[in-house]
Amino acid sequence: MAAEKAEMDVLKKECDGLRTQIEAARKAVNDGNMTSAAGSATEVGRVQLKLRKSLKGHLAKIYSMHWSSDSRSMISASQDGKLLVWDTHTGNKLVAVPLKSAWVMSVAFAPSGNLVASGGLDNMCTVSNIKAASPKTLRELDAHTGYLSCCRFLSDTEILTASGDTTCCLWDLETGKQKIIFTNHIGDCMSLALSMDENTFVSGACDSLAKLWDLREGTCKQTFSGHTSDINAIQFFPNGNAFVTGSDDCSCKMYDLRSDQEVITYQDGSLNAGVTSVSLSNSGRLVFAGYDDFNCHIWDSLKGEKVGVLSGHDNRVSCTGVPADGMGVCTGSWDSFLKLWN
Amino acid sequence: MSGSSSIVAMKKVVQQLRLEAGINRVKVSQAAADLQQFCLEHAQQDPLLCGMATSTNPFRPQKVCSFL
Repeated sequence: MAAEKAEMDVLKKECDGLRTQIEAARKAVNDGNMTSAAGSATEVGRVQLKLRKSLKGHLAKIYSMHWSSDSRSMISASQDGKLLVWDTHTGNKLVAVPLKSAWVMSVAFAPSGNLVASGGLDNMCTVSNIKAASPKTLRELDAHTGYLSCCRFLSDTEILTASGDTTCCLWDLETGKQKIIFTNHIGDCMSLALSMDENTFVSGACDSLAKLWDLREGTCKQTFSGHTSDINAIQFFPNGNAFVTGSDDCSCKMYDLRSDQEVITYQDGSLNAGVTSVSLSNSGRLVFAGYDDFNCHIWDSLKGEKVGVLSGHDNRVSCTGVPADGMGVCTGSWDSFLKLWN
Repeated sequence: MSGSSSIVAMKKVVQQLRLEAGINRVKVSQAAADLQQFCLEHAQQDPLLCGMATSTNPFRPQKVCSFL
């Protein structure tokens, strides 16, 4: 017993030493911040986007939406127990996918447009083929011991999931089995974002940390702290070297991978609502953040200033997304509507 | 080698921290400058930043038939 305690003490001391070392290394490169670097960039001015379409069809709270890679189709998930695929150019509904479990929290479109995935309090990720005559369930990925908070396809054969059981998982869709389980978070994983080269991904969790993972090796490469509450949303900056997070602490932050730390915080004393979702415009200059205050606020990512707001929802904005062609932004809400703005 | 699960767990924490401590870090001023550079270089290809003509707006309310 005494030998074990001694060994434990040695390990604890080493942990503390390493943590101090990491903080010192971060501080050593912290020679300035984004606002000082962005001093020379021109102001964005007031960003006034107009509401172009209100998509009506869901009968209950919308929890998630995801654009298709064709920038035209979009899928939304509601706790009315349905996934709806929309043609955003016409506003028409293309496909309705009935769900076995109405408690859906996340939905995703495969890059091919053939498959969609969804899941939530059923702890499963259900993959369906929407190109069949009527939507056909392909796989029910059942291994997580907590709710499914987020899912993203790498291709028609691989999908990444984040769960309330604190793990993320890479699945093989051909076998329906887990390939790699990513463990390191000590709180529910709430959101994930895939890097452009698909070699890494970032996750945000209720332990208020964001982590960068090696997709093939299954290891956690970096851990980013700073938020003081659950991270609900995470998205990569378009150059792949940074990512933006949204949290229950009412702020969004941009973290840079190469500096291994936070470079700017987007927060405002008058904004006392949690952030539910984040997405970025194609140049990375604008951050669209959905809040519990029923609005989607727009931030200048370089200067850290609020430059606009998308108002119109009658309840919490639960999801936002910008399509690949960058031509607009979609917001989804607990008021059961999706709105398209540009 | 101790079999205690808490020792094993602690060793994993140490191993993870060693991994994270070992990376090279770029100066924040450099990282920030690169992010700014990217934004400025791509500003013209960002329709939400620059705006777009009604004729090219895919979400505009459709009132006319388009010629195929």
